[in-house]
Amino acid sequence: MYEFNYRKVDSVAAAVEAMQQAEDGKFVAGGQTMLPTMKHRLASPSDLIDLGGVAELTGISVENENLIVGAMTTHAAVAASAEVQQAIPALARLAGNIGDPAVRNRGTLGGSIANHDPAADYPAAVIALGATVQTSKRAIPAEEFFTGMFETALKDDEIVTSVSFPLPEAAAYMKFENPASRYAIVGVFVAKTGGEVRVGVTGATACAHRGFRLEAALGGELDAGGIDAVELPVEQMNSDIHASAEYRAHLVKVMTKRAVEACQ
Amino acid sequence: MNENGIGASVRRKEDQRFLIGKGNYTDDINVAGQTHAVFVRSPHAHAEIKGIDCSGALAAPGVVAVLTGDDLAADGIGPLICGVTVTSDDGEPHRAPAHPALAQGKVNYVGDHVAIVIAETRAQARDAAELVDVDYNVLPAVIDTGSAADSGQQQIHEVAPDNVCYNWPFGDKDGVEAAFAGAHKVSKLDLVNNRMVTNPMEPRAALGEYNPGTDEITLHLTTQNPHVHRLVLSAFNQLAPEHKLRVVGPDVGGGFGAKIFVYAEELVVGWACRKIKRPVKWNGDRTEAFLADAHGRDHVSTAEMAMDENGKFLAMRVQTQANLGAYLSTFSTMVPSYLYAFLLAGQYSTPLIYSEVKAVFTNTAPVDACRGAGRPEATYLVERLVDICAADMGLDPAEIRRRNFIPVDAFPYQTPVVQCYDSGDYPAALDKAMELADYSGFSARAEEAKSRGKLRGIGLSSYVEACGIAPSAAVGQLGAGVGLWESAQVRFNPTGNVQVFTGTHSHGQGHETTFAQLVCDQLGVPIENIEVIHGDTAKTQFGMGTYGSRSLAVGGVAIARACDKLIAKGKKIAAHALEAAEGDIEFADGNFSVAGTDKAMNIAEVAFTAYVPHSYPEGVEPGFDENAFFDPTNFSFPAGTHICEVEVDPDTGVVEVVKYSAVDDFGRLINPMIVEGQVHGGIAHGVGQALLEGCSYDSEGQLITASYMDYAMPRADNLPSFDIDYAPTNPPDNPLGVKGCGEAGAIGAPPAVINAISNALGVRHIDMPATPETVWRAAQQAAAVSA
Ligand SMILES: Cc1cc2nc3c(=O)[nH]c(=O)nc-3n(C[C@H](O)[C@H](O)[C@H](O)COP(=O)(O)OP(=O)(O)OC[C@H]3O[C@@H](n4cnc5c(N)ncnc54)[C@H](O)[C@@H]3O)c2cc1C
Repeated sequence: MYEFNYRKVDSVAAAVEAMQQAEDGKFVAGGQTMLPTMKHRLASPSDLIDLGGVAELTGISVENENLIVGAMTTHAAVAASAEVQQAIPALARLAGNIGDPAVRNRGTLGGSIANHDPAADYPAAVIALGATVQTSKRAIPAEEFFTGMFETALKDDEIVTSVSFPLPEAAAYMKFENPASRYAIVGVFVAKTGGEVRVGVTGATACAHRGFRLEAALGGELDAGGIDAVELPVEQMNSDIHASAEYRAHLVKVMTKRAVEACQ
Repeated sequence: MNENGIGASVRRKEDQRFLIGKGNYTDDINVAGQTHAVFVRSPHAHAEIKGIDCSGALAAPGVVAVLTGDDLAADGIGPLICGVTVTSDDGEPHRAPAHPALAQGKVNYVGDHVAIVIAETRAQARDAAELVDVDYNVLPAVIDTGSAADSGQQQIHEVAPDNVCYNWPFGDKDGVEAAFAGAHKVSKLDLVNNRMVTNPMEPRAALGEYNPGTDEITLHLTTQNPHVHRLVLSAFNQLAPEHKLRVVGPDVGGGFGAKIFVYAEELVVGWACRKIKRPVKWNGDRTEAFLADAHGRDHVSTAEMAMDENGKFLAMRVQTQANLGAYLSTFSTMVPSYLYAFLLAGQYSTPLIYSEVKAVFTNTAPVDACRGAGRPEATYLVERLVDICAADMGLDPAEIRRRNFIPVDAFPYQTPVVQCYDSGDYPAALDKAMELADYSGFSARAEEAKSRGKLRGIGLSSYVEACGIAPSAAVGQLGAGVGLWESAQVRFNPTGNVQVFTGTHSHGQGHETTFAQLVCDQLGVPIENIEVIHGDTAKTQFGMGTYGSRSLAVGGVAIARACDKLIAKGKKIAAHALEAAEGDIEFADGNFSVAGTDKAMNIAEVAFTAYVPHSYPEGVEPGFDENAFFDPTNFSFPAGTHICEVEVDPDTGVVEVVKYSAVDDFGRLINPMIVEGQVHGGIAHGVGQALLEGCSYDSEGQLITASYMDYAMPRADNLPSFDIDYAPTNPPDNPLGVKGCGEAGAIGAPPAVINAISNALGVRHIDMPATPETVWRAAQQAAAVSA
């Protein structure tokens, strides 16, 4: 780890201001991605602005048919939340299966989506549920939020404050875990909301995305009968020692089918 | 029975300190004036060093010294050695390239040691290490085991044309050929034994202190064998004479073989602390462990078996190319040779065996012993081949094994490959394992699984291994530079408690308990009055350390022998005190008594008398403190049958181990609970190799699996609850009747798992690690073939 300045702030406004003043600042939430990256000397921010003390960023509530989760809410808190379990049980289960207990007790929703690891779980849910990401500047629809590998629509001084998930009629997440890291080799979140079925896919490609071809095959129904026939663009799939592009494309379909079945 | 003696599952004495966080590992030890070292490592797999500019690093805050290979050479330190000679087919010793502890002009793998940077803090040393400017001329790298010796490959070492370390043919080639020519059937299999990173939980570390007053270096190391370290560092690396070098292996967090060897960091830290006259600490991080701990396995083989019409094995032929990495680690040469080819008989009476091993250099980390060392490779090959034979002959895998087992009445059994097996009852272990696994109920379970869309498979592995390493004369003949006896000292203090000094080293095996039980059983001393001491060359007599499941089978016997001597001496002292003839004194349960009377004396009282010899037998020395050295006459040969049952999800290729049964012959069990723990860990290790662990370099020699993000270790949820039982026999060559249990699981499990997967998929073979994608592809292919 290189030297850096540590800044503790107690409001979103103060965090933004600290960022604007910093030479090359970074926000830190749970630190579960940020700190390992710094320890490996792959990141060397001049300032680390800790969102841990910003009370307005935590909390879970249901308002106007939306589940609203504060950006600093930990995975463990989402998993254990009665509101989440009631409103979107698939989301609680997803959170409860991220990493290990230490990671879940520190890692946050805001950190996960701001980081946009192509193998992270939350992005699939955010996309499939048609969520809206609320930031210190604006509201960003899920589909515009994730722009590329480790890239999002966020500006440098923009903070995710909360995510609001419209309540679905049915939803399920199926994750095919990397045997080593236990991140998603492929994760598919299927949600039926307001009569529409959406599929959010993570892990498979550089960027979490909507599975439009899969959605077309489902045709708004929770019936996986047409999934096998879907042709996915293998050349766009990630490929590594754990899973080739071809295998990932196959897994996307298997996970989709299983998620659809789990929705029923 | 003594309630804490042999056969009792006594809770581990050492766990108190581990469970309350009072273990004392090398990194826990801090000394006044200590500096911190970081190694500059090669980022390239193969490169010439055109120059090293240390000026930036030397000017960095807190830096005390930056030392390179030139400094090391100027002081005449090193190079590192390989302690076992293997004679190549040209009659010459194996090719041994120079192995400098800090690179001299060339680096040969990613992680190779280039310089040591020493600073006041670890962070300063890391910062400064980045400022060491090394000018590399990158060369093509040789990575792949199978093609390393192909013509046209870049030659890594001048002394090793074609990158060959040795070609080692072994056995009756002509006899084997004749048997193959006349065989009813020949079964053949190509297979890979995947490379593993050994992964002890505690990364390696070293702390060196130099005392100018005594001219003595003290090195705290993560070592499995402190005296071996001291011997090699003194006699071969010129660090300091043995009497001026103290090596301490304090608590060590696992070794699995990787901490046997003398590493560059250890020698360099020892040398540097004297050079800068300040203590130097190096604490390796996990990345360094991946890059620069010795790795294990990495064989590419072809195996063939010739059979008669009844499936009786007539002859076996094996060709193996073994990767030794960039340099020869301390015992590397013996692993794919003596520890491998000598085990190729397995549990079978195959009369003729011929093997050819070609050991090659590559631009990868050195490869050496890893839990089982050679024996897992042999067992995997034999037990996979036997399943292929069964398939080719249309026999049940259990049946073909049974037909070829060495018969019970043939022990001691001389194999055609040097080893003479001590004792065994292979059918008994197979029967028991089949019962435990409900082998006959398998087809019903497979049917039921099918109804859930799962493919269920069952696989057997009947392994044998050689432990209790080893008879000194035997290993000497083979070219080892050391003898492999073990030592013990059993010392009574005047107040009757006992200190047991062993030359072995416990780094997770529970010796402090098991050895205390031996003494408790033999001398009748309460177990809480016995302390086992190991791991410090300043405290214990010379010993050979712990590896090859030798500690109990060799070191335990040395302890028992020392106890014998105490009993003999005690009889003299008791006879005098009890006014009886020495021949009338009997010893049992801690009491010396006069036969046929109620006159008796406790061993603690005898010890006291020996230290306060006011009234004492003539000609007997005072003191109650005996030592013994034990050199075994043979290896010990644990064996058993493991049965694995898996369910494969054909849609994803995910393999679930649903049932695992193991029946082992470890001879007599001293602490069944500890043995069970060793079996569990071993099986986990073996399942890890079969399903998860694959060390992988890219074509440029970058280690892709350099962290747990990519290197998959087995975890609890990868494993079922194991069903474990024993089918012990009594090894006549071992005075304690024990065989060794630390490696069995890692040896037995891989073929059991792969046999089960092959069975589930109905395929001939699948290479390890059987990752979901590999299994999925095999399932697809099998489905396409049967369609
Ligand atoms: C061992 C391990 C296993 C893991 N397994 C999984 C897994 O299975 N699935 C999975 O999805 N993830 C996994 N993770 C990642 C984990 O979920 C992280 O917590 C998450 O990716 C980042 O969240 P964080 O709160 O720790 O963010 P940090 O590490 O603090 O920050 C990450 C990035 O997000 C930025 N950031 C943080 N919060 C905000 C905000 N509110 N607004 C704007 N930018 C912000 C930071 O500046 C930084 O760039 C794992 C992590 C570890 C260490």
